[in-house]
Amino acid sequence: MTSNDSENKGYKSYLEEDGGRKGIFKWILSTDHKRIALLYLYSMMVWFTVGVVLGLLMKLELIAPGQTIMGPQSYNATFTVHGVIMIFLIVIPGLPAVFGNFMLPIQIGAKDVAFPRLNLLSWYIYVLGSILVILSLFGNGPPDTGWTFYAPYSFKTGTNMLPAALGAFVLGFSSILTGLNFIVTIHRMRAPGMTWFKMPLFTWTLYGTGWIQLLATPIIGITLLMVAGDRILGIGFFDPAKGGDPLLYQHLFWIYSHPAVYIMILPAMGVISEIIPTFSKKTIFGYKAIVLSTLAIAFVGYFVWGHHMFTSGMSGTALYTFSILTFLVAIPSAIKVFNWISTMHQGSISTDIPFLWAASFIFVFLIGGLTGLVVGALATDVHLHDTAFVVAHFHFIVFGGVGFAFFGAIHYWFPKIFGRMYDKSWAKTGWIIFFVGFVTLYGPMFYLGMIGMPRRYFDYLDEFHGPNIVSTLGALVMIAGLLIILTNLIKAARHGEKTTEMNPWGGTNLEWQIPTPPPLENFDEIPVIEKATYKYD
Amino acid sequence: MSATSAHINEHRDDTASKLGMWLFIFTELMLFGGLFITYSVYRYSHSGAFHLAAQELDVTMGTINTVILLISSMTLAMSTTAIQKKDKRTTLILIGITLVLALVFLVNKYFEWSAKIGHGIWPGSPLLEELGRGDTLFFGLYFFMTGLHAVHIIVGMVILIVVFVFVWKDKLTFDNFQLLENGGLYWHLVDLIWIFLFPLFYLIT
Repeated sequence: MTSNDSENKGYKSYLEEDGGRKGIFKWILSTDHKRIALLYLYSMMVWFTVGVVLGLLMKLELIAPGQTIMGPQSYNATFTVHGVIMIFLIVIPGLPAVFGNFMLPIQIGAKDVAFPRLNLLSWYIYVLGSILVILSLFGNGPPDTGWTFYAPYSFKTGTNMLPAALGAFVLGFSSILTGLNFIVTIHRMRAPGMTWFKMPLFTWTLYGTGWIQLLATPIIGITLLMVAGDRILGIGFFDPAKGGDPLLYQHLFWIYSHPAVYIMILPAMGVISEIIPTFSKKTIFGYKAIVLSTLAIAFVGYFVWGHHMFTSGMSGTALYTFSILTFLVAIPSAIKVFNWISTMHQGSISTDIPFLWAASFIFVFLIGGLTGLVVGALATDVHLHDTAFVVAHFHFIVFGGVGFAFFGAIHYWFPKIFGRMYDKSWAKTGWIIFFVGFVTLYGPMFYLGMIGMPRRYFDYLDEFHGPNIVSTLGALVMIAGLLIILTNLIKAARHGEKTTEMNPWGGTNLEWQIPTPPPLENFDEIPVIEKATYKYD
Repeated sequence: MSATSAHINEHRDDTASKLGMWLFIFTELMLFGGLFITYSVYRYSHSGAFHLAAQELDVTMGTINTVILLISSMTLAMSTTAIQKKDKRTTLILIGITLVLALVFLVNKYFEWSAKIGHGIWPGSPLLEELGRGDTLFFGLYFFMTGLHAVHIIVGMVILIVVFVFVWKDKLTFDNFQLLENGGLYWHLVDLIWIFLFPLFYLIT
């Protein structure tokens, strides 16, 4: 282990370099992209725990018909806050803010992002937004509109809707600034020789994501401000009594919130495109196809929002158009799946834990993606709209997509980030329990939706009882797996076995060619890139 | 200087700053874009009422404010040229004129709004409810869009005050004036949005 070992090189890692500050100030005043990434990671872990607990409470309520542990108002508040926290605080910023921040500059051979101070400011804005979301829990009771804040209820409800909506607005601002920072970094700070088509695929997906963050987020910003205007001033933008159009709210909301799904899933696809070749010891199949399909998804994703509104009332022409465009988005997504499978084909696969997460990602992503076509088709959607089927589809694609990719990413980059190694057998135990629990939790909801169980109700008819019991048991199993995974990782981050191995998995990107953990400025000298990435000789 | 702050300052990249500013301008355009869509939808569905309501607005006042903003954009552009000619005094005077014009714009806006409020027209006012849905939406949009624009004027003024102080203290000079140029880009954006608001509310009747 001589060439692969970064010990005894006489450098200080970013974890030791404190910039002359003490205690918590080492973190909250640092403009180092790696420390900011960890700030995001720790804040998100806190919110994720809250979100998971709320999700569990809902599943416990649904274990039997009638009121089990909470009444209708509490249930409405629970699914609203669960949604707001999970969407706006975790899955939208998740992969870009944590792993994007940490890895993007390293992957393109830069010392930091283009605007380090703006990067730190984005984190502060994120914290401000999350405080607003939490404030909404107090006062007149938590919001009960669902995370979509649909008008007219969102400006009529007596609950504390305003802080939650303003929180989402502020978080959007944080997301915009992160995207802006990444785009400029990629344009301006690539190392010599790092041409566009030599960039690692994770960086490429962050680039596509950056543009969506930049161009779609302002629309929800202004929409939420208009709802605030309706609520505070009584303007009536979306109030039918004053001539406003609630349907316009839905359009504006989904013009952002559908592309937001691609903000979530594109970086996840990027992570998978990193893990699969590393553990198959094979060049990624169809690099350019993956890049182009990333950009295609980012582009076409802007024009499909209407598929959330098939039953809301639109012209027939609009319905057909949105349905066809929705089917079009499936093509680049499928291209990626074929690429990953082809990469594995005849590769020398090692089933380490990041690979297991990536492989199970493909499995749940396929189910989530194909059921997406079921609700993207007009006739079937009329039957399935607003049922448990949609909830199952959404969780397969978003929790299955982003969640699995996030866990894959953290197990993949953990030794590089912390300079420590986790217990691999516990990691695998946690993964298999989580995976089984996940499928058991959301699988039955497809069936429940098809036989007509509506979503967002605290109660249901007796005939839906059986699958709901299975689903709640699945939730308990999944949370057991989650506890194992998180305990294993937290323990490893604090006391895990120290490692200075530069390239534990045999990856080809730049992050595996610098010391572990990386020094403050990542590279002593800016590297000159000669060969394409993902080349195994 | 600590290691971390040295590490920020050594990469000065004016092209990156300018690119960042342009990207931010795109987001601002999308922000107002949401409002322009809303305006178009309601103009289409309540065209008669919008036609009549627009005649309530004071075209003279609007025209004066348009001219003021156009001149302020010109003076700010001139200041960017002045700083490159190493003429600090002219630069400061031109930024100062821009700030004064921005203030005059806001004062005019204040009088315009108070006149409307004096006539009983404000978002959610009882008079608007009597006048009907088209008027409610027109004046709702009027106050919301010009109000958001005024907020941008204020933000722009804060940026220009910072720029003014930096030029004063020689932190911005002929070979390092990107902040002035970015402030200028932002100011032109604020101007540009007004160029669209003016015809939409005052001229199309």
